[in-house]
Amino acid sequence: MLADKDRIFLNLYGRHGADLESAKKRGAWNGTRDMIGAGRDWIIQQLKDSGLRGRGGAGFPTGLKWSFMPKEVKDRPHYLVVNADESEPGTCKDRDIMRHDPHLLVEGCLIASYAMQAHACYVYIRGEYVREREALEAAVKEAYAAKLIGKDNVHGWDFDLYVHHGAGAYICGEETALLESLEGKKGQPRLKPPFPANAGLYGCPTTVNNVESIAVAPTILRRGAKWFAGIGRANNTGTKVFCISGHVNKPCNVEEAMSIPLRELLETHCGGVRGGWSNLKAVIPGGSSVPMITAEQAETVLMDFDALRDLKSGLGTAAVIVMDQSTDLVRAIARIAYFYKHESCGQCTPCREGTGWMWRVLERMARGEAEHSEIDLLLDVAGQVEGHTICALGDAAAWPVQGLIRHFRHEIEQRIDRYRSAKGLYAVRTPAVAAE
Amino acid sequence: MSVRRLAQTQPPSFAFTAETLETAKWWMSKYPPHRKASAVIPILWLIQKQEGWVSEPAIRTVATMLEMPVIRVLEVATFYTMFHLQPVGKHHLQVCGTTPCMLRGAEDLKAVCKKRIGEKFDVTADGLFSWEEVECLGACVNAPVVAIHDYYHEDLDVGALERTIDALASGQHVRPGSAIGRQTSAPEGEAKTLTDPTLYDGTLAQPIKLPNLPEPAAS
Repeated sequence: MLADKDRIFLNLYGRHGADLESAKKRGAWNGTRDMIGAGRDWIIQQLKDSGLRGRGGAGFPTGLKWSFMPKEVKDRPHYLVVNADESEPGTCKDRDIMRHDPHLLVEGCLIASYAMQAHACYVYIRGEYVREREALEAAVKEAYAAKLIGKDNVHGWDFDLYVHHGAGAYICGEETALLESLEGKKGQPRLKPPFPANAGLYGCPTTVNNVESIAVAPTILRRGAKWFAGIGRANNTGTKVFCISGHVNKPCNVEEAMSIPLRELLETHCGGVRGGWSNLKAVIPGGSSVPMITAEQAETVLMDFDALRDLKSGLGTAAVIVMDQSTDLVRAIARIAYFYKHESCGQCTPCREGTGWMWRVLERMARGEAEHSEIDLLLDVAGQVEGHTICALGDAAAWPVQGLIRHFRHEIEQRIDRYRSAKGLYAVRTPAVAAE
Repeated sequence: MSVRRLAQTQPPSFAFTAETLETAKWWMSKYPPHRKASAVIPILWLIQKQEGWVSEPAIRTVATMLEMPVIRVLEVATFYTMFHLQPVGKHHLQVCGTTPCMLRGAEDLKAVCKKRIGEKFDVTADGLFSWEEVECLGACVNAPVVAIHDYYHEDLDVGALERTIDALASGQHVRPGSAIGRQTSAPEGEAKTLTDPTLYDGTLAQPIKLPNLPEPAAS
């Protein structure tokens, strides 16, 4: 188990105050002036050395991303935009950071903005997070009053932080859709290039980072890149807030070392799988977008980017959704398919039409009202949605379906056979149903 | 996509209250002067807080205020699913139905809403209640979740939701948060993490020297 002294979010559960004084007591805003005094190249190099990979799902190295911003500020101002549109099903880590440790985020925004020569930063919070927005607004107000941010602040870098909110659109978690939304438009992703680092918010150079990526930056600088890089495996370093939901005895958020074995994570912090480990059926390891893994794979897998990629899944946002033997997997994935159908922005045809099509077929399959040949057809259509859209929502809609068929095809087949034999339609094809 | 249309019956006009207008101006001050449109979502949200829903005259008012074509505001109002395009009950329940909540009993909560309130978006005869199923609210470790008046009621079961509805019906204030008395997103029971007292006694606020600082030659 990660030692308490190596945790970054010391108030993850809100047992202590979220106010400035309490946050300072926990080490926030300590040494911030020296970090800025050390210069932006130093900050970016430290971030690179720490091996921090973006915590929003894609896992792109944060230091490298910061270095993509233009070196000189020309006619267009630079912006930092923080993606707090946390809506990936299973994920609720940024929520705790914003309501319980908001000063780490505010401090991180200042440091990141300084490193990228931005004088303004927008935090885009999902509309549903009203309490979290109130907590963050309060922290921003305190930081302004204490002259930690704002014009002529004690850190010597003029910096304004604005909190913005959305109104219930998953797609606005995609960085260019978020920028569109922040400009007051429908959240429909932009074609890339140009990338936001060249033309982002209001056409100006912009970097979009996840809340957790920004909020861990000050502590990394305080404790040193080596400390952060020493936790986890090479290329998968540091600590990470995991969100464990579904069929465990004690669902919770917890900050743990990267590369912790999944089984250890569930048994140390979550009281294990409901009904014991043998009752486990499948796990979605990184938010609803990533393909599920089986109980056998879950036995040994490490929770990091590379180990999960090797299983054709992904760490995503590290939102672990646990499903025990009682779960109707086809129905669970059909519900995820409905989510993507509901959240598709409608811009690209393969996604707009494909998500609805996949959902309707899966709903029928959940009842067994389908043909065996439709399983391959579904897989084919999922493959045609994947990679054929402007943003990754198409991929995200296809992957759970592919994961289901990859590991639990027999379950869909049995469902179909049961339905057909009950109707007296024709001979069943799967041995398990035939034996009944 | 979710297809959404404006309500058939619309009020003749819309007017900001002084308070809403003041907050709207505060929102507009967050963006560069020629980027007023950025405030469209927050202002439509304020209107929904004021009126309970977003009407067509309100959309026109916002368009004038932010110097946007009406169609652009209409697009925003119909694209974002948190905007109610028709009146809802005094207490509007938003039941999360996405997989993590579904795995922990959201279907049963939907059944409670159906039994007590009716179909989705039906408003009860006394105007007190309505409900809808929403997509992931982002509180999955506290599933299942229902949002009422913007705040989350977590770790619910059928009994807890029934009691909440009863309390609202009798005009009582309901307290958001965990229905089983859990500390936010912490695991139930005794704390295993974040128990080291030196993290909270001010030790970490002592002056520090940053590691790996560049050589003083730079200064």
